[in-house]
Amino acid sequence: MSSEFLQFLLSGITVGAIYALVGLGFSIIYNASHVINFAQGEFVMIGGMGTVFIASIGVPFPVAMAGAVLLAVVIGISLQKLAIERAREASVVTIIIITIGASIFLRGLAGIIWDRNFHSLPAFSGEQPIHVAGAVIVPQSLWILGVTVAVAVALFVFFNRTMIGRAMLGTAHNPLAAKLVGVNTNNILILSFALAAALGAVGGILIAPMAPTHYQVGIMLGLKGFSAAIVGGLGSGPGAMVGGLLVGVAEAMAAGYISSNYKDVVAFVLILLVLFFMPSGLFGKRDSERV
Amino acid sequence: MKKPTVVSRYAGVFVLATVIAVLPLLLPNSFYFDVAINGGIAAIVCVGLNLLIGYAGQISLGHAGFFALGAYSSAILTDNYGWPPIASLSTGLFVVGLLAFVIARPILRLKGHYLAMATLGMGIIISIVLNQEVNLTGGPDGMPVSAFSVFGWEVNSELAWYWIVGGSLIVIVLLALNLIDSAVGRALRAVHGSEVAAQVAGIDSTRYKILIFVVSAVMAAYAGSLFAHYTGFLTPSEGGFFRSIEFVTMVVLGGMASVFGSVIGAAILTALPQFLTVFHDYEHVMFGLVMMLTMIFMPKGLLPSLRNWISKNSL
Amino acid sequence: MSLLEIKGLSKFFGGLHAVQNLEYTVESGKVHSIIGPNGAGKTTLFNIVTGVYPPSSGKAIFEAQDITGLPIHRLASLGLSRSFQNLQVFYNMTVMENVMVGRHRHCQKGFLQSLLHTPSITRSDEEARHQAAELLAWVGLEAYATAHANSLPYGALKRMEIARAMASEPKLLLLDEPAAGLNNKETQEIDELIRQISNRGVTVILVEHDMRLVMGVSDHILVMDHGQKLAEGSAEEIRENPNVIAAYLGSGA
Ligand SMILES: Nc1ncnc2c1ncn2[C@@H]1O[C@H](COP(=O)(O)OP(=O)(O)OP(=O)(O)O)[C@@H](O)[C@H]1O
Ligand SMILES: [Mg+2]
Repeated sequence: MSSEFLQFLLSGITVGAIYALVGLGFSIIYNASHVINFAQGEFVMIGGMGTVFIASIGVPFPVAMAGAVLLAVVIGISLQKLAIERAREASVVTIIIITIGASIFLRGLAGIIWDRNFHSLPAFSGEQPIHVAGAVIVPQSLWILGVTVAVAVALFVFFNRTMIGRAMLGTAHNPLAAKLVGVNTNNILILSFALAAALGAVGGILIAPMAPTHYQVGIMLGLKGFSAAIVGGLGSGPGAMVGGLLVGVAEAMAAGYISSNYKDVVAFVLILLVLFFMPSGLFGKRDSERV
Repeated sequence: MKKPTVVSRYAGVFVLATVIAVLPLLLPNSFYFDVAINGGIAAIVCVGLNLLIGYAGQISLGHAGFFALGAYSSAILTDNYGWPPIASLSTGLFVVGLLAFVIARPILRLKGHYLAMATLGMGIIISIVLNQEVNLTGGPDGMPVSAFSVFGWEVNSELAWYWIVGGSLIVIVLLALNLIDSAVGRALRAVHGSEVAAQVAGIDSTRYKILIFVVSAVMAAYAGSLFAHYTGFLTPSEGGFFRSIEFVTMVVLGGMASVFGSVIGAAILTALPQFLTVFHDYEHVMFGLVMMLTMIFMPKGLLPSLRNWISKNSL
Repeated sequence: MSLLEIKGLSKFFGGLHAVQNLEYTVESGKVHSIIGPNGAGKTTLFNIVTGVYPPSSGKAIFEAQDITGLPIHRLASLGLSRSFQNLQVFYNMTVMENVMVGRHRHCQKGFLQSLLHTPSITRSDEEARHQAAELLAWVGLEAYATAHANSLPYGALKRMEIARAMASEPKLLLLDEPAAGLNNKETQEIDELIRQISNRGVTVILVEHDMRLVMGVSDHILVMDHGQKLAEGSAEEIRENPNVIAAYLGSGA
């Protein structure tokens, strides 16, 4: 394995982990409500921009980060309560337009309340690069991978070992049955928006030291997180993780070996290919309409 | 039994034509003309987009891509290759139509959220290409476009542009209304209502979806080409995500499955940012709000809601 | 002559055998019924015959032509039409337009002509409108012609679907529970419509749980259970068949 290849692989895995976090958010909301939340990327933006601006009033970074995650969660819950819940019976197109509206609304607000400049967060533990078999990796990458793995494990435990987590999975599988056995499906919806918002915000905070944040970053990161969820199979947790890594690595390879100008195109071509040829993704279930 | 649809169809076109004919007398200066022309251009895109979204039920979040491709093909052929603008325009329409046709078959196999994401991705790919192909498009800095001319007559007055855009809009509205009220139009609406029932009636739903996707893309490209020559300067943001969302918002606000609604939606959302500073400064916030609030409180959109209200209150 | 022949047809959904190795022949000009408990595979059979699902194995032959796996939209022009157990209404259109869609295959569909609304389009539209109006009058919905489909009561929508299915002038009409959810009077109207359809020379396959309706109109009855043929024959034969009695008593119906 050439060191160049290893380098691309490492940076692909790093951004891929972020896409995976965002993708998990898509899948969690989709499971709970069969809604694709087009505003998912804005949580990523709120994570990064929120931390920058909360820290700027003088609080320590860890507090600012917690504050930004909390902010994203509050916004996620409001989005569900104020907008999506009111349109429960609406057509898919209506719901798509609502979440897109929410997304550019939030983006616009961020541009006004915060600003329209690029900001970086300081790396969590220095910038001293680490050399691995001829490739370099910055400590922030290790943070990203570590936190992503921790989140994945925590989610696994949550969905498989806790009552509420199982109730969420049950609701995804069969909402009516869940309701009948006494699960409060409304709370499940709120919880899933909160969880998705938190995941997005964490992703946004983790990436901000490596790629500057900006009020418009949500759109690209959201779309790539969506590709992660689709490649892996919408609604599948492990799928979103694998999908995120695949999208990240494909993008890094294309940027390295072909042209960095077109690296964003790669993610979209990948998602289009998956949508066309494997509509239920790697791990997804296929559901067919009945008449 | 005379059909009310036909009567109201031509009555509506007559009203639209009258408004377009009288408006120049009321517009005080060239700033207002500029707003009217831009509104008309957006309306052309929205009428086409509404055929796709409102009537056939297939969402597209990437139509600004076709608008920009129409604009850039016209600009590039005219300015880089010295073609007569009318030839550039026609070639642009043909190229965009062909591209839309090629994309349509795979993309329209998708439904709902998937289709939305795929069209969004398609639009973004187009805008990335426009940004990167600096030699052709001037990249992010944009490119100047020379004036439109037909057989030596150069269109350079605001009023001439006004008539070209206004006339085009009337014709396009008329064609759209004709189409909707034909077997083809009923097939499109049936595909929206129940795809399987439409197919049982013998409708090849794929064929009709592709048809209307191409038609709406060509309409967007036509509007884009007019826009390029009218403004004389293009940047890739004309094909960007926000531009696509603007078009969708106009359709949604005016009313899905309402041709005149689209014209009204385009007019309102083009004018507001020009006349209201809040709207101009907080463009994203405002468009986002309009989208959410319309869908939550008035999901049918302005014109159909108004129509319902009138018919309820005139009993 | 047999109009439709089902040969060794099976359909699996994962491990579930919705239809299993079914042999079935439909004679031209008669009213055929298919009965069976919930989940017996009746709707699945309709879905396969009309191209909604491909079968896992086996064939459907319509007028000596193999129609297995043909796309749904090809079947209308061969003379096949159907209604749906769960309404499939074009709620975004008027009642008249719903039925006019049923005449799609008879309409002028040139794209340029439609854009320009040429006289040929106007004529073809007038013809479709005329036919649709007749069908609406036939099912007793002429008063609703210009109403939006979403303003119609359930029973009226059931009849509208029959009018729409007849608009394509089928040779074979598949009706999936046309009387489900209807009261006695409405069921009586459906009964009458089925007899008239048959009198017009259209072969009918009726899937229905209402035994009085089935026993009254059917020339031939197929009983399905667990995707398989349990029995077939005339109404009397079915009524006296011990297997059928056992299955029905056993399943509580
Ligand atoms: N698309 C599908 N995917 C999975 N299983 C299906 C599908 N369609 C039908 N089934 C299953 O196949 C079996 C047969 O269903 P079908 O709808 O054909 O029954 P039916 O005889 O029409 O019943 P009913 O009288 O309730 O309408 C059922 O167990 C049903 O759950
Ligand atoms: Mg059934």
